[in-house]
Amino acid sequence: MQIPTGTQPGVEGAVLKADVRELDFYYGAFHALKRVSMPIHDHMVTSLIGPSGCGKSTLLRCFNRMHDLYPGNRYAGGGIVLYPDDTNLLAPEVDPIEVRMRISMVFQKPNPFPKSIYENVAYSLRVRGMRNKNELDDRVESALKGAALWSEVSNRLKELGANLSGGQQQRLCIARALASDPEIILFDEPTSALDPIATASIEELIIELKEKVTILIVTHNMQQAARISDFTAYMYLGEMVEFGVTDQLFIKPQKKATEDYITGRFG
Amino acid sequence: MVNAADPNAIRAVRAIIARAKRWDLFFALLGILSLMVGVLTFSVLFLDMAIQGVPRLDLEFFTSFPSRRAANAGILSAWVGTVLVMLVTALAAVPLGVAAGVYLEEYAPKNWITDIIEINISNLAGIPSIVYGLLALGLFVYYFGFGQSILSAGLTLALLILPVIIVATREAIRAIPQSIHEGSYACGATTWQTVRDHILPYSSAGILTGVIIGMARAIGETAPIITIGALTFIAFLPTAPFSGEPPAGLFDWIFAPFTVMPIQMFNWTSRPEAAFTVNAAAAGFVLVFMTLAMNGLAIYVRYRLRKNIKW
Repeated sequence: MQIPTGTQPGVEGAVLKADVRELDFYYGAFHALKRVSMPIHDHMVTSLIGPSGCGKSTLLRCFNRMHDLYPGNRYAGGGIVLYPDDTNLLAPEVDPIEVRMRISMVFQKPNPFPKSIYENVAYSLRVRGMRNKNELDDRVESALKGAALWSEVSNRLKELGANLSGGQQQRLCIARALASDPEIILFDEPTSALDPIATASIEELIIELKEKVTILIVTHNMQQAARISDFTAYMYLGEMVEFGVTDQLFIKPQKKATEDYITGRFG
Repeated sequence: MVNAADPNAIRAVRAIIARAKRWDLFFALLGILSLMVGVLTFSVLFLDMAIQGVPRLDLEFFTSFPSRRAANAGILSAWVGTVLVMLVTALAAVPLGVAAGVYLEEYAPKNWITDIIEINISNLAGIPSIVYGLLALGLFVYYFGFGQSILSAGLTLALLILPVIIVATREAIRAIPQSIHEGSYACGATTWQTVRDHILPYSSAGILTGVIIGMARAIGETAPIITIGALTFIAFLPTAPFSGEPPAGLFDWIFAPFTVMPIQMFNWTSRPEAAFTVNAAAAGFVLVFMTLAMNGLAIYVRYRLRKNIKW
């Protein structure tokens, strides 16, 4: 696949972690992403906003090749380059499993496996061949600490993940995504199934997590994007309308369409 | 517009409701009647069989071979045969059926070839069992040379219930939420890891239900077993493991001739003496009890397996 050279200038001199370059994507005959380009900065939170059906989740799910699971989906041009090794994540010769080993994901609805809390977190490590009990114990503990869940579950690691509350389940899923030490974590509307208090704790956690990992988050909640992200991209009808530093995008959008959306005149 | 405060209008509304509710009553009665046709028929049949047969049941009935004298005859060879044939059936049908179901759901590309295979699996479930018997007679008994043995019978019944197990496996897999599926792949799991760690454990209760439904069908099958040449009168048991002629092995019994419960019953009902009819009723009661016991076990195991699975 021919990769166009990067077109987005680095913002604030931050280091690039990944670069979406003129990406085209089809669901069957439906052109879902149209020459989308945007940079992802290392150890920053980047959020994708836009009305339903604008392609923000579609773009997110390109990053871990989730689309490969279903027939009829097609990456039709452009690519996503991951730095520092310049790997095009969407190249046919790149194994989607390798991509998912490097980039993990947290879903919209908490989806813990019907296994114990411990096994949920250990699963990401087990698929990577980790068998040593002590090593697993250590990594599970640090992942649960990283997801701010350890103090609540340390004495009941053998209980089912499904017995936790919704917010705890989502933090369990974050721990699972974190355990394998990924380079990027993708969040697909991670708080839309949660109450405001659980939402606040997840948002706080996401801000803390950027010390360790690069974060890309899809949200339908503009206030959330404004609160937690360093960069924001506004998408509409499969196109990237505007990308910028979050504060600038919300206070002084460059495009009229963006301004209409964020001020609630549209969408 | 009907004015709700008008007494005439209220009376009219009540009349409409009363008329509509007569249909409720009518269909409720029709439903109960339809239900009774099935339940009562089965109850009468079962009770009649139990009243005739249960007094005949004693330990000797289970430990005696068939005999020309009805009072001495028993079902030893029949129930041992049924248990062994079911064992072979389960050992053959479960791995094949589950593997086929998993392949179709998780691995197979979605194209017209798999569509045709899918349609034909459903069709296979509707093929008369005697046709399977003829197929097995040619294939297992003669071509593979398994003879008129427990192995041939078990494999025949395995073929018969394979579609049931495949369909049950696929439905059990489809009942697993897409989010769990995606969650596993998102962790970096391969398809096999996803199947081994998630798909099979979470669908095992549903698969088990299908297996039991299939086995319950197979245990009562007579036609294909007669076709492949099960004996109707047999006064010895298959060789026990390591007890036959040297070199004796663990699986010598699979090549032994055999009979099964339904054939024993059929044989007895075709005899003129009334005492044999009583034997047949007793054997029928045992067969129904075996089926119910299998279903009961399935319900219990399913309950145990499902207890730890919440989405």
